[in-house]
Amino acid sequence: MEFETVIGLEIHAQMKTRSKIFCGCSTEFGAPPNTHTCPVCLGMPGVLPVLNRKVVEFAIKLALATESTINLENRFARKNYFYPDLPKGYQISQYELPIAEHGRIGIEVDGEQKYIGITRIHMEEDAGKLVHDDVEPVSYVDLNRTGTPLLEIVSEPDIRSPAEAAAYLRKLHAIVRYLDICDGNMQEGSFRCDANISLRPRGQEEFGIRTELKNMNSFRNVQLALEYEERRQRDILLDGGQVVQQTMLWNPDKGRTEPMRGKEEAHDYRYFPDPDLVPVEVDEAWIEAVRRDLPELPDIRRQRFMTELGLPEYDATILTASRELADFFEAALAGFANAKKLSNFIGTELLREYGPERITECPVAPAQLARLLAMADEGTISGKIAKTVFVEMLASGTDPDVIVKEKGLVQMSDEGELVALVREIIEANPAQAQQYRDGKTKVIGFFVGQLMKKTRGQANPQLANRLFQQELS
Amino acid sequence: MKITREEVEHVARLARLDLTPEEAERMTGQLDTILNYVAKLDEVDTTGVGETTHSQRVTNAFREDEVRPSLAREKALANAPADNGEAFVVPKIIS
Repeated sequence: MEFETVIGLEIHAQMKTRSKIFCGCSTEFGAPPNTHTCPVCLGMPGVLPVLNRKVVEFAIKLALATESTINLENRFARKNYFYPDLPKGYQISQYELPIAEHGRIGIEVDGEQKYIGITRIHMEEDAGKLVHDDVEPVSYVDLNRTGTPLLEIVSEPDIRSPAEAAAYLRKLHAIVRYLDICDGNMQEGSFRCDANISLRPRGQEEFGIRTELKNMNSFRNVQLALEYEERRQRDILLDGGQVVQQTMLWNPDKGRTEPMRGKEEAHDYRYFPDPDLVPVEVDEAWIEAVRRDLPELPDIRRQRFMTELGLPEYDATILTASRELADFFEAALAGFANAKKLSNFIGTELLREYGPERITECPVAPAQLARLLAMADEGTISGKIAKTVFVEMLASGTDPDVIVKEKGLVQMSDEGELVALVREIIEANPAQAQQYRDGKTKVIGFFVGQLMKKTRGQANPQLANRLFQQELS
Repeated sequence: MKITREEVEHVARLARLDLTPEEAERMTGQLDTILNYVAKLDEVDTTGVGETTHSQRVTNAFREDEVRPSLAREKALANAPADNGEAFVVPKIIS
């Protein structure tokens, strides 16, 4: 039997605000435990939460970037459950009236484009962090994260493969980073993803029984976990069994999903409107003001790189994978106008060392890269040497001019100097010289290689080719 | 009956309350009386009245995104039944 996979993703993006969603405590990551709390986020009796305006603004940004409909009036609700990371006994979230609904995100997998629907985007507060003791039967609760603003983005079950899920996740990640509303750090948990996955016989309309996957803290893990779960469910169904509806945790060390430990209670959150928070009213003027401030989004920038700079789609897609990389590229372009050459160099030499998300850590400034490529273009150094110099630049952050000068890497383009070496090499290799004269002109590569060895790669390759042809004939 | 014994036991479980059978029985009766009293509101004709969650028509009570001082840690932990000087200490719960 052939099965169709159905996946929906729930993503939690921590908002890049300075203070928490309902109080003035700092949202800074990595502070000593329980030093960023106050009576509001500790859930003390008698306190009142007051909404951070910035969170609403960020939510509007994301709503606009995902073509979502903004609910001009929306409100907060209490989601009730007991867990030690939630001091109030409820999480302030949005339920019946979230800030935005009915959006979509375009993705591309294997050259095929499709849209993944967004069911809803809502604002809520994050919970605290629990650390379980290895020996004693106790847990330690750190409430610094409690009350950090989150946007939860729930997709429609439109995703049909783990690869599509990864593409959707990457696209949404790029969007929140372009919007500068979330730092996107998956390791630190500022961008988290849970997934629902089920299989159904192809052609059947009704969904199969789903499992929920958690604990996937990288793009790669999300895809691996979904691929594993897809196989696991298929095996069960092919054996005539039934998938158990449950929450599974991805175990990255063992490369498999495992049922979450402990008894799972049926959730009964008893949502109701939070009486402490008044409804949020968004008007067209506010939406327009946010819209005017929207940065160029990844798809539009990609399109511009193709039409304005004449870059192939492949290049444009890679260069716009993150806002930082696209910014780096454009900054370098200001000093070296050949977009395709620049793109090639970045695609091979730079991205090998620093991925799109880590480009800001690169010690080489865009202007330095531009200068390096200009030197190669002018013939001051060879293309091969440029790569060597670049490795040096990555290690030390030094200007290319300084490296080239100090190491004496300037390309040898002096004909008189080179011709002596060329003759020497021909004399030392009479057999190959004869081959060339017998018509095996490919052997010229061997001679140029010898010259490069002698000059430590500094000989101008075009000139070397011409000199060997001249001296061998 | 506005509420059943099973519903009372369910709500008690959600609130982590241990009720003896006698207590559950008594609560069922008391809650039923309360709910019947509140049910008087159902008699009011609310045709054409929109759903209201707040008694006053106020919206958009915002604060600006500014960091304010947090509590000193010893104060934050002061009321906790158990702490280790850095964190609240609770029975291990894995879910």
